[in-house]
Amino acid sequence: MKAVKIIDSTLRDGMHSVSHQFTIEQMQKIATALDEAGVYAVEVSHGDGLGGSSIQYGFSRHTDEEYLNAVSKVLRRAKLAILLLPGIGTQKDLAIAKAAGVSVARVATHVTEADIAEQHIELSKNLGMESINFLMMAHMAPLDVMLQNAKLMESYGADAVYVVDSAGFMLPDEVGDRIAAMKDSLVCKIGFHGHNNMGLAIANVLAAVDNGADFIDSSLCSMGAGGGNASTEVVAAVLDRYGVTSGLNLFNSIDAAELIIPLKPKTDEDVSSKLLLGYAGVYSSFMLHAERASKRFNVDARDILVELGRRKVVGGQEDMIIDVAYEMSQNK
Amino acid sequence: MEKKLKVAIVGPGNIGSDLMYKVLRSEKLEMAMMVGIIAESEGLQRAAGMGIETTALGIGPLLENSEVKLVFDATGAKPHMAHAPLLREAGKIAVDLTPAALGPYVVPAVNMDINLEKDNVNLVTCGGQATIPIVAAVNRVREVAYGEIVATISSKSAGPGTRQNIDEFTETTAKGVEIVGGAKKGKAIIILNPAEPPIMMRDTIYCMLEEEGDPDAIVASVEKMVSVVQAYVPGYKLKVPPIIDGKLVTVMVEVEGAGDFLPTYAGNLDIMTSAAVGVAERIAEHLFHQ
Repeated sequence: MKAVKIIDSTLRDGMHSVSHQFTIEQMQKIATALDEAGVYAVEVSHGDGLGGSSIQYGFSRHTDEEYLNAVSKVLRRAKLAILLLPGIGTQKDLAIAKAAGVSVARVATHVTEADIAEQHIELSKNLGMESINFLMMAHMAPLDVMLQNAKLMESYGADAVYVVDSAGFMLPDEVGDRIAAMKDSLVCKIGFHGHNNMGLAIANVLAAVDNGADFIDSSLCSMGAGGGNASTEVVAAVLDRYGVTSGLNLFNSIDAAELIIPLKPKTDEDVSSKLLLGYAGVYSSFMLHAERASKRFNVDARDILVELGRRKVVGGQEDMIIDVAYEMSQNK
Repeated sequence: MEKKLKVAIVGPGNIGSDLMYKVLRSEKLEMAMMVGIIAESEGLQRAAGMGIETTALGIGPLLENSEVKLVFDATGAKPHMAHAPLLREAGKIAVDLTPAALGPYVVPAVNMDINLEKDNVNLVTCGGQATIPIVAAVNRVREVAYGEIVATISSKSAGPGTRQNIDEFTETTAKGVEIVGGAKKGKAIIILNPAEPPIMMRDTIYCMLEEEGDPDAIVASVEKMVSVVQAYVPGYKLKVPPIIDGKLVTVMVEVEGAGDFLPTYAGNLDIMTSAAVGVAERIAEHLFHQ
C-alpha cells in the first residue's frame, strides 16, 4: 500500500490566520492533539518562518524560541519542524531551533532562488536535522527552471524538496505534472504544500499522491494563509478512502480540528480575497495585509491583489501592498 | 583647475568597472590604476584600452606607487583582510566595498564628517546605503526605538557573493541601521525578485519611534535627506513619502542605476559605487583643504 508522511502546518502557516498571535497554551494543546492524530511532524514558526516577527509581516506574540521550547515539551511521537526563509531568518536562528529540540528544518526560497539556501541547508544537515525544503510560488517558473532549482537544493544535501503552491493557483494536472517531473529527475523525496484559495487543496493533494509525492502538508480546519491548506482531518479521511497510508487516525484528527474552530478568525468567511489570491497567483499571506491596506487607503482589496499579481510580486514582499494601495489612492 | 586625488581600484569585476566609469567622471578624483590578478580579465583589458595603467600582479605594484593616495577595494571580504594592513603600511586610505568591515561603516549622507581621517572605511551594504539615511533623517527628529528595512532587488543584480552569504547582508545591514542610522535596535530583510524585465531596487524603511513626533518635521527631514543622497546617487527617489501612523513611520525609496557599466535596474550596485565615489570625493576635499 502507498504511504505518505503528513507534516502539519497549523502552528506555522496557521499563524498567518491569527496574525501570529497564538498563545503558548494554544500551541501546546494543538500540538498535543496533533501528536495523537499521528502526524509525522508538527511545524512551528512565525508564519513567515524563523525571524519573521517584524513590522513587515507582523510581530508574533512570543519568540520562535519560546514557542519551540513549549511545543517540544509536549510532543511524544511527532517530530518538531521549523520553516526558515533565507533573507528573513538566518543560520543563527537554525542553531537556536536545533537547541530547542527541532529535528526537521524546512528551508524555503522562491522557486528560482534556491542558491540563496546553500548555507542554510548545509547547516541543517551539519546540525543533524532532516532537511526538507520548499520551492515557493512554484507556478511562477517553467518546469525546467523549477527542476534546476530542485537539483541545487538536492546538491546541498536536501532529504526532500517540495513543490509549493503558495498562491493556491495550481490546478490538479499542473500539480501532478510537476510532482511527476520532480520524482523523475531527483533522488531525494518529494513533497507538496498547497493552498485552498480556489477550493482545490484536496484535489491537488490527490494529484500529488498519484504522482508519487512522499510528503504532504496540511493544517487543521485549513488553518493557513489565504484560503489555508488541505485540512488535516479531511486528508485523514480522504487518503484512507483512497487506500493510502498517512499515519493519521481519523477520529483523533477530528478531535484536533475541533480545537481550532473557536480560534478561526471571522474573516475566514470572506470568500473574495482568498479566491482572488488563487486566481491572480498572489502569495497567500498577503490576504490580511491587503484587507488592512484596503481600509487604510480606501481602495478595493480585490484591485490591490490583482495588481500585485500583474506586477509578479513574490513571497515576502508585503511592503508592495502598501506601495500599490498608496499609488491607487493617489491616482483616484 | 582643481587638484585631483589619485586613486586606484582593486578588483576589476562588474563593481570595479562601474566604479571606474564614475571615477573617470569625477572632478575630484583621478583614475591612476586598475589592479587585478588575471591579465586576460575583461575588466583589466577594458581599463587598459582606455589608457589606464593596469597590473595583473595584485596589489604589489600599487603599494610601490606612492602617488596613489586612496584605494577602492572591490574584491571580497577575504582578499580585503589581506590587503588592509598592506595598504595601511603604504600610507593609503582604503574605501572597502566588501563585507570585511574592518573600518567604521560610512554612509556619505550621514556620517562622513566624523570619518574623514580614518585610513579604512567600509560601505556597509547596498541596502544599508539606501535605507540608513532615511533612518537617520527620522532619528534626528524623534528617537527611533526600532528601525526595520526591507530591500528588494532583482535576482539578476544579485551576484554569487550576495547569494551565497545572504545572512551577511541582513546582519550587516541591521548593524548599520543601529550604528549609523541611530536606531536602538535594527532589523533587515532582503528579497530577490526574478521578474522580467528586472525590477529596480526598492527599499521600505519602517521606523518605530520612542514617542510620536511632528509629522511635518519628519516629512521635511526625510525630504531633505533624499536630496542629500541624490547629490551623489542621482537615481535615488522617494517612492512613497513618509506615512505616519502614530509612532510608526513608513517610507519607500527606489534606486535606479546610472547605467555607467551596469544596467539601470542594478540600482543596488550603483548605490555602492556611487557611495564609494561620494566618500572618496569628500576625503579628497578634506585632504586638499587641510
